Amino acid sequence: MGLVSEGLLEAVRLLLTGDAEVWRIAWLSLQVSGSATLLSLCAGIPLGTLLALARFPGRALAVSVVNTGMGLPPVVVGLFVTVVLWRNGLLGALEILYTPLAMVLAQFIIAAPIVTGLTLAAIQQVPEPFRLQMLGLGASRSQMIGMLLREARLPMLAAVMAGFGGVISEVGASLMVGGNIKGGTRVLTTATVLETSKGNFEVAIALSTILLLITFLVNWALTWIQQRARA
Amino acid sequence: MTLRVPMIARTWLLLVAALCPSGPAAAQSTTLILSTTTSTQDSGLLDALVPLFERKTGYSVKTLSVGTGQALALAARGEADVALVHAPALEKKYLSEGKLQNRRLVMYNDFVVVGPAEDPARIKGLPKAAEAMKRIAESQSRFVSRGDKSGTNLLELALWTQAGVEPRGAWYIESGQGMGQALGIANDRRAYTLTDRGTYLAFQKRVDLPILVEKDRPLLNIYSVMEVNPANGPRVNVAGGKAFADFMLSPETQGAIRTFGVDRYGQPLFIPIAGKRDEDFP
Repeated sequence: MGLVSEGLLEAVRLLLTGDAEVWRIAWLSLQVSGSATLLSLCAGIPLGTLLALARFPGRALAVSVVNTGMGLPPVVVGLFVTVVLWRNGLLGALEILYTPLAMVLAQFIIAAPIVTGLTLAAIQQVPEPFRLQMLGLGASRSQMIGMLLREARLPMLAAVMAGFGGVISEVGASLMVGGNIKGGTRVLTTATVLETSKGNFEVAIALSTILLLITFLVNWALTWIQQRARA
Repeated sequence: MTLRVPMIARTWLLLVAALCPSGPAAAQSTTLILSTTTSTQDSGLLDALVPLFERKTGYSVKTLSVGTGQALALAARGEADVALVHAPALEKKYLSEGKLQNRRLVMYNDFVVVGPAEDPARIKGLPKAAEAMKRIAESQSRFVSRGDKSGTNLLELALWTQAGVEPRGAWYIESGQGMGQALGIANDRRAYTLTDRGTYLAFQKRVDLPILVEKDRPLLNIYSVMEVNPANGPRVNVAGGKAFADFMLSPETQGAIRTFGVDRYGQPLFIPIAGKRDEDFP
């Protein structure tokens, strides 16, 4: 127990003294996971909407693929992205391995299926008659989709939270494609792994606490938006 | 809500753009990739040396700290520009294949065999590490292995071979983790393990396993630096790799290595040996 309280004290100390290294790591975690979540929204919302509304051969298969993707193991994503981004790899010429950009890419691949799958579910839970009624009242197709997304906004905010929560807490992919480079690609999760392996358990607990705090604050803000939208 | 998304989107896109400069554009010859072992990183040595190198030369270093096996494999594939590792036998294999070149010794520390004070295999004070391993196997006392092809793991396997033992059975625990975690497991299971002295000192507070065997020649842990053959891949930074290797051997760096860790552990974690050769360690 002494260790945990020491860790919590250390967390408070690091936050209050404005430890530059810790702030940089926390800020990078937010930047990388925020960007990845945003990009996954740009891809996942249209894709999820399309899968929910369109009828085409192989749709069931596509939905199954998305649902499987929702459980993609981060280390598998990390491994494949690393191999592709290697200097000798398919996209080696980009030279982005071990940069934050590579981490955004890997986290995007993890978050996109989550957002797609949850968007799909959110749209599908809007009753079919609602859609037909709108079209019957003379709404254009894009108006109808706009209304649908409005109608589904609460569960879709849950999709944002799930996507963000999935990537900010992820360590396997970030470690592999980022390399946990000090001042470059070190984020809260990878720094926690490193400090644990160094035996600096107090610092590791402090970093975990900060990670929990950030995740909480982001989700709190999103929940606030969600619940206000409901009122 | 749907109306506000584009604004948030723009903010985030700006952030993504802000991240980019540190990415592809700035890469090329000013960046170099060092593949090294976990011990140089976990001990904090690289955190002390790399900024010094970056200030001096203007290169920015990406340090990949992985097991020695992986560090060498990455360098041999041209995925790194310079390697700082500790597995002489494996290093020589890559040298003879021409994948790596210009191997130079940088520093050493040593390995120790630690275990529970009760010492069920009765190895305390034995002069030969291989004999100790043999007794551990014969008495079926628990032993935690890294099992990850790290330099430590490779030495451990060499010691088993010397002892004429094939480690197998319930007593032999393959952890597949870093040295710190392996020590933690050994401590928890009251098992023996082989560890480098630096990590052992760093974990001394939390690990209640005394040193039982030390100072045998095979336990010497020699680190060397090697440059990557540019033929291994299209984007090897040859000049950068050489600059880092030269830096590790410069008198200033060697001096910094000699004093590193003294304030925290009361003894240096690594002894610098620039200019020495393998033959100097009979």
